[in-house]
Order: sequence, then structure tokens, then C-alpha cells
Amino acid sequence: MSTDAQAAHGAAAHDDGHTHGTRRSYLIGFGLSVVLTAIPFWLVMTGALGSQQATALTIMGFAVVQIVVHMIYFLHMTSRSEGGWSMLALIFTLILVLITLTGSLWVMYHLNTNMMPPHDMSGMR
Amino acid sequence: MDTTVATIDRTVFHLEEEHGHAEGGSTMLGFWIYLMSDCLIFAVLFATYGVLGGNYAAGPAPKDLFELPLVALNTAMLLFSSITYGFAMLAMQEGRRAATQAWLAVTGLFGLAFLGIELYEFAHLIHIGATPQRSAFLSSFFTLVGTHGLHVTFGIVWLVTLMVQVARHGLIPANRRRLMCLSMFWHFLDVIWIGVFTFVYLMGMLR
Repeated sequence: MSTDAQAAHGAAAHDDGHTHGTRRSYLIGFGLSVVLTAIPFWLVMTGALGSQQATALTIMGFAVVQIVVHMIYFLHMTSRSEGGWSMLALIFTLILVLITLTGSLWVMYHLNTNMMPPHDMSGMR
Repeated sequence: MDTTVATIDRTVFHLEEEHGHAEGGSTMLGFWIYLMSDCLIFAVLFATYGVLGGNYAAGPAPKDLFELPLVALNTAMLLFSSITYGFAMLAMQEGRRAATQAWLAVTGLFGLAFLGIELYEFAHLIHIGATPQRSAFLSSFFTLVGTHGLHVTFGIVWLVTLMVQVARHGLIPANRRRLMCLSMFWHFLDVIWIGVFTFVYLMGMLR
């Protein structure tokens, strides 16, 4: 068991405990990023989808996909890097980001709509 | 007898661990956790912009201010700098010092081009009266985009510092580790920019 641990440790030290990219993976990531950036810009500049809400949802979808592409091809994220701790930290951060964003937008939207007409509020008393 | 063996085993194991940590083996994970905390800063700034982005105070709206071709050019600069940094890392892995330095220099130039375009945009906005003091929308816009720009600025300072380090000491393990940290930082800034151009610029034009 101790030899296994030593061997694993030696390999990690040699590899700096970090997964590397190859020229091919960088170029794939770059190509995908160019496409995933160009399409949202084209959609907004031409208004090709017609509906503004559909365009907004589509470009948000493209952004999420491109962030995943960057994570995989540029930041070399795998579930195994740093023994899984990188992925754990990432998931934890994503949960916090989600709570921060949806919580702020949700609470402040309702606050805004309920505070908007002052005369209605006085009439309710 | 049994206890003696156990003690020796533990001592050896302990020494191995100490040795591993002294090499800077946990630097990558530590730096990743720093990036995640930076991500939370940006999440809060995005949330602030999301909440205040519609409060124009009878001032200019995103549609009156943003020029998408300029933003597209800026996005291209940052994307090019990402791939050139990738090439610098590949050159570093192959141990080619001159190529690493050259790609780092190209990355720095793309970063400077990005900053130049952003500063030009900010100067233009302030010149036409769309200052951070004009409305809550503009305050949160300048804070969010400015914080990202500040990160890029420090990234360039760091990049120049590492180029001097590599020039003086070569691609030693410490410098490789530093270059890998900056690689994560640089690509992370590009990830944040995806959120900025989608959420601030493109969605702003739709409002």
C-alpha cells in the first residue's frame, strides 16, 4: 500500500499535479469559442430570431456552453484533477454563484414591483 | 517489537509528506480556490448589475451607449490572448524558452490591445456624459467591467514579471509553476468576459 502511495505521489510531483493540454485540444477549444462567440453577436446584431426573449435565452445558453468549453479545453478541468478537490471547489462555487444571482434578482424584482406605485400602497391602508 | 515497527513506519510516511508539500505541490489547488473566491466577487458584481442595470435615472440606456462591433473586437482580442497563452504553455512543456517568451509577449500585446479598447470605450462614455455618477445602471456597469479590466491589468503586470523571471532564471520548476498559475488566471478572466459580453453588452442591446 505504501509503495502504491509513493508511486502515485512521485507521478503527481513529476506532473506538477496538473493536467496539461495539447496543441490539438487548445485549437479545438479556440475554434469552438470563436463559433460560440460569433453566433450570439450575429443573433443580436441582426435580430435573426425576431423575439427578444428567445434571443436572450439563446445567447445565455451559448454563454453557458462556451464557459464549459473554456473550463475543459483551456483550464483543463477534469473530475480527477487535484484528486477531485478542484471539481468540488468549482461545484461549491457554482452553487454559491447561483444562490447569489437568482436570490438577488428574485428578491429585488419583487421588491421593485411591490414598491413601484406609492399611491397604491397608501390606498391599501 | 510491534510498536517500534509502527513508529518507524509513521516517521517515514511523515517525512515523505513534508517533502511533497515543500515542492509546492498544493499551489495549483490553492490558486484554484483563490480563483473561485474571485469568481464570487464577480458573481456579486453581476448580481448588482442585474438588479440596478435597468435604473437609468432618465439617462442613457445600453442601446444609446454600447457599440457591438467594438465589443466584438475586444472579445476577439481576449480570445486570441487565450490561445496564444496556451501556445506559451505548450512551448514551456517542450522546454523551449525563446518560444515561451515570444508567445508570452504576444499574449501581453493582445491583453494591452484589450485594455486600450476598453479604456477608449470608457473615455468615450465619460466624454459624452455617461459617467459612473450618472445613474445606477452606469455605476454598476463601470464597477463590473472596470473590475474585470483591473484584473486584466494586474494579469499583464504579472505576465511581464514572469517574462523577466524566465529571462533571468530560465524555465526552472518554480517559474513553470508560476506560469501555470498565471495560465489559470488568464483563462479565468476570459471565462468572466464571456459573462460580461453576454449579460452586459448583448442583453443590454436587447432591452
